[in-house]
Amino acid sequence: MTEPIAKHFLEVNKIDSYYSQIQALNGIELYIDQGEIVTLIGSNGAGKSTTLKSISGQVRPKKGSIIFDGRDITKFPAHQTAGLGIAQVPEGRRIFPRLTVRENLQIGAFSVKDKSVIAHRLERVFTYFPRLKERLNQKGGTMSGGEQQMLAIGRALMMKPKLLMLDEPSMGLAPIIVEQIFDIIKEMNKEGMTILLVEQNAFQALQIADRGYVIQTGQIVLEGKGDELMKNEQVREAYLA
Amino acid sequence: MLAQIIQNLPQVLIDGLTLGVVYAVVAIGYTMVYGILELINFAHGDVFMTGAFIGATVLFLMLGMGFLAAMPALIVFLIVIVVAGIATGLLGVGIERVAYRPLRRKNAPKLIALITSIGISFVLEDAVRFIAELKTGNYIVTAPSMFNHKFTLDIHHIMPFFDNATFQSSFLLVLAVTIVMLVSLDLFVNKTKWGMAMRAVAQDRDTASLMTINVNRVISVTFFIGSALGGATGVLFMIQYGTIDPYIGFILGIKAFTAAVLGGIGNIRGAMFGGIMLGLLEMFAAANLSLITHGAMGAEYKDVFAFIILILVLIFKPEGLFGKAVVEKV
Repeated sequence: MTEPIAKHFLEVNKIDSYYSQIQALNGIELYIDQGEIVTLIGSNGAGKSTTLKSISGQVRPKKGSIIFDGRDITKFPAHQTAGLGIAQVPEGRRIFPRLTVRENLQIGAFSVKDKSVIAHRLERVFTYFPRLKERLNQKGGTMSGGEQQMLAIGRALMMKPKLLMLDEPSMGLAPIIVEQIFDIIKEMNKEGMTILLVEQNAFQALQIADRGYVIQTGQIVLEGKGDELMKNEQVREAYLA
Repeated sequence: MLAQIIQNLPQVLIDGLTLGVVYAVVAIGYTMVYGILELINFAHGDVFMTGAFIGATVLFLMLGMGFLAAMPALIVFLIVIVVAGIATGLLGVGIERVAYRPLRRKNAPKLIALITSIGISFVLEDAVRFIAELKTGNYIVTAPSMFNHKFTLDIHHIMPFFDNATFQSSFLLVLAVTIVMLVSLDLFVNKTKWGMAMRAVAQDRDTASLMTINVNRVISVTFFIGSALGGATGVLFMIQYGTIDPYIGFILGIKAFTAAVLGGIGNIRGAMFGGIMLGLLEMFAAANLSLITHGAMGAEYKDVFAFIILILVLIFKPEGLFGKAVVEKV
């Protein structure tokens, strides 16, 4: 019997990625199984966002491969990767400021033709974020930071992704809002969503994660279960102090 | 003096509106591309000019085959404008593919794309001139006269402080066609899915690609629409003013670009408004400058007048009249 190409839902195999001439990732290796929350923690500039962008196709790795759901997506442009069901909530939320909240959500389902499917997904997003329903006709750029984050996550959910990648969802938000966002992330995961969570806020990320990776200057330096990493001396000193 | 200015007004409005809607549609081509790529596509004025020449070619072909006599003029006109629109739309898509996309892929500075667009502009002018001279022996082409029925707007009779105004039937055609183009474009951009994708790409290209939007395809669609509208307007110009040459796109392009800036570059409705306003101002100046300055400045100073208005607007409202004013919270 031949071995299957991929053992895991998402496999990142020793990728090197560059930003113009500068090497940002150096042999990053990680995997995610279906239904997991996996977190990638590390300090500013360690390569967390570049890892996500390499997966989503915004940055093309020079070496290594990325396998998703048994398919080699290493060279896929971003819109094709997204079409396969990988949604990314980008760092800084990046909602479309001059589209209304409704349009921001609709555009998440850009590849869906059936209007009833879109309506159904909208309702589902409202169960997570009822606040968005009250703001449907407001321009995205006029909302508060927390609301924008909810909108960015809602927009990604409109794709009905198989894998949801969140880049620093806690950035710039008040602690109480961060709490809410993390609760929702947990809830989505309970309902079966596979999640890759990138965070500087290591404590909160590790609390909800099944497994975690610690990234430093473009390399994975530690990996383990969430609670194990939380107890790890090195991690405590560097990220949880 | 004021009485005279008022007397002229109906004619100024008709002439200004004719020119203004032409500026408006061409301005849209500049503003759409700028909105998405932050590129001032200086070749756009020449796409407009190419549209006029393609229209003239189709018209002459149909004349040669006897269609012009056999068919109602309106049908002939529609065929000409549709053919010219599609051809220039494809020309625009081709220009983007060949000249701008490779630069984008290499992350070239925006200045390089700007210089490239000036280069494309020369290429189009000379290519059209070459072909026109080869085929007709002269690069100045006079189109067969159409829609030249003259009307007089007998307004003096009702309001004695106005003079009567005259116009050709082509004026009505230009007005009707541009209004249809402006309204359909506005509906397309604001009400359809692809229009929404276009706005999303203009606001944040990287994030749009995360929404399964093929950004390059949206850019192609943008170039197609902008260029097709520009080319179709070239046909209108040919029918309205009769004579065309390969250089009509240059100054008209600059003015349409000015109109786009006046309305707030990147803003489609702003470009429409800016174009109409510029056309009206220009014709107002052409009719009245000599009167106002007691003969010191003639109608040939109309452009100066229009650009002074532009400079004044930009001093007090640098983002243009309809510039983006959404406050974005962080």
